Amino acid sequence: MTLPATPRNVMAVALAMLLLLVLVVLLSLTLGAVHVPLSEVWRALTARGGGSEATIIVLDIRLPRILLAILVGAALSVAGTGLQALLRNPLADPYVLGISSGAAVGAIFALWLGGRIASASPLAAFVGAMITMLWVYLLGRSGGRLASYTLILAGVITASFLSAIILFMLTLLSTRDVRGIAFWLMGDLSVTPLAELRLLAPVIILAIAGLYLLAKDLNVLLLGAEEAAHLGVNVPRVEAGVYILASLLTGLAVSTSGAIGYLGLLVPHLGRMLVGNDHRMLLPTAALGGAILLVLSDTLARTALAPAELPVGAVTAVAGAPVFIYLLRKTAG
Amino acid sequence: MTEALHHLRVEGVSFRYPHFELASLSFEAHAGEVLAIIGPNGSGKSTLLEIVSGHLGPQAGKVTLDGVDLHRLPPRPLARLVGLARQETILLFSFEVREFVRQGRHPHLGRNLFESPEDERWVDWAMEKTRLVEFAGRRVLEMSSGEFQRAVLARTLAQRPQLVLLDEPTANLDIGYQIEMFRLLRQLAISEGFIAVVVTHELNLASELADELILMERGRCLARGTAEEVLQPDLLSRIFRTPILVDRNPSSGRPRVTWVTAPR
Repeated sequence: MTLPATPRNVMAVALAMLLLLVLVVLLSLTLGAVHVPLSEVWRALTARGGGSEATIIVLDIRLPRILLAILVGAALSVAGTGLQALLRNPLADPYVLGISSGAAVGAIFALWLGGRIASASPLAAFVGAMITMLWVYLLGRSGGRLASYTLILAGVITASFLSAIILFMLTLLSTRDVRGIAFWLMGDLSVTPLAELRLLAPVIILAIAGLYLLAKDLNVLLLGAEEAAHLGVNVPRVEAGVYILASLLTGLAVSTSGAIGYLGLLVPHLGRMLVGNDHRMLLPTAALGGAILLVLSDTLARTALAPAELPVGAVTAVAGAPVFIYLLRKTAG
Repeated sequence: MTEALHHLRVEGVSFRYPHFELASLSFEAHAGEVLAIIGPNGSGKSTLLEIVSGHLGPQAGKVTLDGVDLHRLPPRPLARLVGLARQETILLFSFEVREFVRQGRHPHLGRNLFESPEDERWVDWAMEKTRLVEFAGRRVLEMSSGEFQRAVLARTLAQRPQLVLLDEPTANLDIGYQIEMFRLLRQLAISEGFIAVVVTHELNLASELADELILMERGRCLARGTAEEVLQPDLLSRIFRTPILVDRNPSSGRPRVTWVTAPR
């Protein structure tokens, strides 16, 4: 029997996962090209490390990256959960509506313009993502609402069109820039300074909270748009809200660290296997689960071929594909 | 528990699709009554039901419940008053039966994110009435279509509406459950004081258990009244395109519809 979504149960599950996250973070802080023992990590975190090399590694190099992994992992997983409910399709992922392609176009465009604009490529990527969000929204509307059929079509067509543009623009870039963008396209957590996290964190947290307020409506939406309307859900408004919040989360995640794959698709499924379909339980599970998995993936990306680094998207793909196949076989059988 | 007496008034509603027109229709119903809408396929029964539910705006006329125009209500207040259960689309996501029935409380949650103890009590009540308590932990996707229909009814009951609208609620039920569901509806309409309007193909169930029947054909109301008045063999034979005879159910005395077949 699934755990019913009561405030107490939701808190219990969230707390348990939060604890797990903390443990994973501590583990991750010790691992890397240089092994930092747990005692040193603890000292650094409690500001007793002084200027030691360990402290610098933990606080300036690893912690920001781990915090980014938490935010991006949560953002992508929650966006995926929301979109799967909106599209009533368990195969939806945050990129199916073209947001990541829009971000890539923005970033490549900035790189191509070069100079100072190139360094603002995350901002350009975000702008690209938001323009795509608006475009797909306008294109995908039908009968005053975001019917899943037209929305998916609009997204897929847009994504495909943008991919062509991306390939074209790549020919205009120098080979050095192309390598940089390739890394970014796969998903890369190594770039963001702590300052940007201060901007990113509240927005991501607020967007996730916004989706949580829609959780009970999302449950009913899964029954079908007509059935949801008969149960009092303001379907056009809820659809628009979920679409905007999920796209915002995806846009933020992708513009900071590229298109990390599989999280937005798989974490909601794993979450459903663990706690069921009630979004009041599923959303926190997906958020924290995504955070945990991305921190673990990034740790692997940093350590597998140390001192060289893999792009984290490569790890999620290599790990994600077999999990996806397993899930597919399980539901088919 | 009896609520205040409710009164449904449908006045002159009409609707036009590109290839179909629902002519001006009027009728009334009161608390504790079960109204059955019968007629051949394509006669506009489901369209009428949707208009009465407040979810499909008529091109003329209005529908009022206790004087309140249902089409002027926003979705949530409407869903607190009106429960509409139709043929459902297949779910791709699996819910447990109790979770599914609990969705019926959604219109009553208001600003709360979670159900209150009172909400849970109504869910238990609805599941008890539809004999689904033993299925509580079962997945909705694993149920037979008949069991699923009972779950849909339970969800509608959990809404505690004043107007219960059901579109073919017994379509997949065996004869035992068909009778049980209609009887339950009638019992609850009286005990809870709601108005039930049921679109059905089960002419004999309608005859036994409905207070009033509305017979439709091609968007028009051909007859309205008691089973005796409406179930006329000549009329039925014409509109259902097959010879029909009407006798009496020996146990209840109510009109009973049977089709005419040649002896084997």
